[in-house]
Formats: sequence, structure tokens, C-alpha cells
Amino acid sequence: MNALTQRLRLIPVLPAYVAVYFLFLYLPILLLPVFSFNNAATTTFPLAGFTTKWYASLVGNTVMLEAARNSLVVGVTVSLLSTLLGICAARAITRYRFRGQKAAAGLIMAPLFLPEIIVAVSLLMIVLAMGLELSLLTVILGQTVFCVPYAMSVLVSGFEGFDRSLEEASYDLGETALGTFRRVTLPVVAPAIVSSLLVSFTISLDEFILAFFLSGTEPTLPVYIWGQLRFAAKLPGVLALGTIMLAASILMLTFAEILRRRAERRTQMALMLP
Amino acid sequence: MPERPMIEIENVSKFYGIYKALDDVSLSIAEGEFFSLLGPSGCGKTTLLRSIAGFETPTHGEIYIDGAPSLALPPNRRPTNMVFQSYAIFPHLDVAENVAYGLKRLKLTPAEEKKRVGDALDQVRLSGLGQRKAHELSGGQRQRVALARALVMRPKVLLLDEPLSALDKKLREEMQVELRTLQKAVGITFILVTHDQYEALALSDRIAVMFGGRIAQVATPKEIYQHPRTRKVADFLGGMNFLKARVLGEQAGAVSVDAARFGAVSLAKPHGFSASDGHVTVGIRPERLRLLWDDDRAPHELAGRIENRAYFGEVTHLTVGIDGLEEPLSMVETNNYGADDLPIGAEIRLAFDPDAFVLLAEDPPVSRV
Repeated sequence: MNALTQRLRLIPVLPAYVAVYFLFLYLPILLLPVFSFNNAATTTFPLAGFTTKWYASLVGNTVMLEAARNSLVVGVTVSLLSTLLGICAARAITRYRFRGQKAAAGLIMAPLFLPEIIVAVSLLMIVLAMGLELSLLTVILGQTVFCVPYAMSVLVSGFEGFDRSLEEASYDLGETALGTFRRVTLPVVAPAIVSSLLVSFTISLDEFILAFFLSGTEPTLPVYIWGQLRFAAKLPGVLALGTIMLAASILMLTFAEILRRRAERRTQMALMLP
Repeated sequence: MPERPMIEIENVSKFYGIYKALDDVSLSIAEGEFFSLLGPSGCGKTTLLRSIAGFETPTHGEIYIDGAPSLALPPNRRPTNMVFQSYAIFPHLDVAENVAYGLKRLKLTPAEEKKRVGDALDQVRLSGLGQRKAHELSGGQRQRVALARALVMRPKVLLLDEPLSALDKKLREEMQVELRTLQKAVGITFILVTHDQYEALALSDRIAVMFGGRIAQVATPKEIYQHPRTRKVADFLGGMNFLKARVLGEQAGAVSVDAARFGAVSLAKPHGFSASDGHVTVGIRPERLRLLWDDDRAPHELAGRIENRAYFGEVTHLTVGIDGLEEPLSMVETNNYGADDLPIGAEIRLAFDPDAFVLLAEDPPVSRV
């Protein structure tokens, strides 16, 4: 055993594996920004020089802008809705003990593990059966179902260990129930809530399958991109758009993770005994 | 000590469903007193403390704080403040903001608020740490912030819920001394909940020992240690050798009993004494038994042999078998003379003082439903 680990240390097998792994994972994504600045309509090497014209072409593209607006409306609404529902669920799971609690938590998390296309098809069937018009509203409802588990996991890690005696200490020091919520409860859990909003928004922004099935005549950005891929000439524009979305997603997820960790530290710390 | 009552608890009961957390508790705590509620977990001591703070509402009875009936008042309108077991330091605020938390509602001038926060931090020896974040504090410091945050409100009563239980032994002993000094300095009533009998003995003016939702005895530390009223109280406050004894006779204020191998012993007669079947339980503390070395002689001696021995550094705990006694005796001996070297099975003699025996009443049966 010892000899084996030593041999492995001599031959850099593991570092090489990790390097290949990351290359495979991130090289295609890195090509996206590279070609988006490439002065050619095809995505082939050698590169043909630097240009920002693909980005400039996006500004005048009203169909694309309309899709971006749709994505924004859907993203904001979905993040608000799923965070609101997530708060209720996370509070129930972290604060109370009730019959069927584990089952309830499991069922809320389940959409994460169901094939998304199956969820999309069944939602489409229900929406049609109910005689609803496919619209941004149906996309919002579908994506909310899908985002609540993410929101809930982020919020549970923020709420877990929120020490009840913090609220009691506040009452004890003369504060009212409302004042306690404003001065203690909200500030302590705020980072988790913001983090949940950002995570849900990012997921909604990138989400394709549900949006594709449920959006009708109002495409979101991923659906728009899918439509553009049929035209080879539009590809560089799509790459530029994709680069922007990628950057936005990474920024928001990083920020969300920072906030989630801060929330966790706060609540854990309140409980931590020396 | 001023005798004006600060807290009066009148026939307070608290039921959870049919479970009696508190069973008809009455108690009077004086202004400026350091009072401890002592008992095992689940005895109702925390429920009683939380009832005074306003976090629990008793099912029956009334609690008067400084003469005013208080059960109708929510916690934020009672002249009490609490130090929580977890300290409950607000994690998003620094030390000074934590201490100033309750002052914000009093609409003080900024200068006055700053002065009160500074004074409170001085009081708990945290001067200069006002800007520290909560997560940068040690356990002892967090405890002090919790104290300062409560004291800065100038409560009439400070309630402490097992405040030292999370600290390690050394720090706990330091904080005990400080708590006592602090209480003398501020002069307000402190009510401490603890399950640590030594803490209660070392800190309190008076102690209430609780079992099964009831108060078993209220007395000064010395009285409660030397003259526990019942077997359970005696047992909870340190070691005790219990013996069945036969009543020989009753005089005014005294009972004489036959305490097996210890012979005839005369004991102070407790209030309301009755020995229905002619037998009583008597007890003697382990440290009141003394080893006799070589030619030492004592007026009252017993012979026995060492059955077990445990080394505690400064003392050794011995278990000594005596012929004619059902249970072996526990005794505590300093290690100055070599008690820690006595082999198991060694034949020894021990001395006892017949005046050290106490007569213990039967504990009332515990029923919590």
C-alpha cells in the first residue's frame, strides 16, 4: 500500500489526469469567447484577427433583445417565487419536527433527479389539458418547480442552526416581535436569501428544455439560441451572446457562493460553543 | 442582605399536556440576593427561570417581580434580562453593537449610549474589544458579552441559564469568582440555573434544590450541604453514606437512633418528624470519616478493609467494607499521609464523629402526570 502510493507520487499520473480532465471540461467553453472575437463567420483555426463586430451586431438585433427581455422577466419572477417557496420549506424543515418531514423534504428535492424532459413533457400535457395558453407564465411555473429544490438547499444551509435563542435574546432586551424580525432574523438569514435568488436566477437564465416546451411564441434566450443554430451565418453572434451569458452566470454563482458561505458561518457561529 | 422580596413565585405550575414541568412551586427571592436553582436535567429549573423571564407562561399561579404581578407582561416589558446558555450573541453585530442592542429602544443620546456600553464592557473586563466581531471571540469572551449586554439594561433581576456549562473547568472556576464579584458590585438580584452543585455552593447566597418539578429544599449553601432535608437532596449535593437506623427514642428537639455499627447516635429532630415503622435513614458525608494511622486513637472507631481506591490528585476516594454493614462506606482522605498507597484489602481503622450524622426524611413520591 505504502509502496504503491510512493510509486504513484513518482509518476505524475494523478496530476496528468486532473489536467486532462479540466482540459476536456473547460476547453470547449473557452473556445466560445475565443471565436466570438474572431473576425470570420466560421469557427475554424487559424484565427482570422480580432473583432468586436459580433457583439455590435447583437445591439441591433431586436428579436434577440426581445428574447433577452423574456429571459429577464422569467428569471426575476422565477427567482422570487422559488426563493419565497424555498424560505417556507427551509424554515419548516430546519425549525419544526413533524410527521412526514423527511418524505416532504425528499419530494421537494425530487425534481432535481427526475429527467427534465419527462418533467417538461408532463407539464406540457397538464398545461394543454387545462386549456392554458403557452406563454412566459407557463415557463415561469415550470421553472419554479425546477428551481425550488435548489433554492431550498441553499436556504436550509443558511437557516440550519439559526439559534432560536437569538430571537429570544432580542425580545428579552426589549425589542418587539417585528423589531426582532427586522434587526435579528432578517440580517442573519439575508445572505442565504440573496444567494438563493442568485442561484435560481442563474438556473432559470440557462434553462432550455422547460422553456422550449412551454414558451410558445415568446422564446427565452436559450430557446432563441437554439433557433439561431440552424443558420451558419448567425453562429458568431450566438457565440458572442453565449459568452455574455456565461460571464453573467459565473459572476452570479460566485457571488451567491460567497454569500451562502457567509450565511453559513453566521448561523453556525451563533450556535458554536467554545 | 436587604430582605425586600424582589421575586415572589406563588403556587406556580406549568403543564405540558398532562406532564407537570412545574408542580405548585412557591419561592421568595430577596433584592440583591444571589439565588441558585439547582437540580438534575428535567427537574423544572429552566422552566422556572424562563417563566420569570416571560418565555414560558405558567398554567397556574402568579409571579411578582418587585411587587408587580408579571404573568401578563411579555419578555420585552419585564425588568429582567437573561444570559442564555448558548450566549445568543448576535452574529451580524460586533461586541459594542451587541451590548448596545437593547439600548437602541431607549432613545438615549449617542454620547450617553456610548458611555453605558463602555461602562458595561469595563464591568465585564472587555474594555477595548468593542469592535471585535462575534466570531473572533473566545468562549469566555462571548460569555462576558452576553453578561454585558444584559447588565447594560440595568435590570432588576439578572437571569442566568447554565452560563458556565460550556466552558472548560479552569475557565469555569475563574468565571465563578468573577460572577460573584460582579454580583456584589452591581448589587442586583441574580438567579442562576445550574446542575453543578459546586457552582451553586460556591456562588449562591441561597439555593433551591429541585426534583420532578418541585422544590425539595431552600437554604444557604452551608445549611443545604450539612443539613440536607431528604436523601435525594443529600445525594445530589455530593457524596453521602446512607444507613438504615432504628429509632431508640424521641426527646424534645432530638431523636436517638441505633445506627448499626456506629452505635447509638443522637440527631436533631427535623420539623414534622415521624418514623412510621420505627426506622429512619441517616447519612454521614465521606469526608467526615477519617483514617486512623498506626497508634492513632479516637473516641469512636470502626475497623474495616479497603475494597476500592480511586486517586484524585489531592485526595483519594476509598471504599471501605465494614462487617455488619450492608453497604461499604465511602470516604475521602487527603494524600498527605499516604492514603493513595494503601493496597486493596488492607485492614484499616476509621474514626467518626457521631454529631456528623444527619437525619434524612423520605422523599415525596415523584409523579409528573
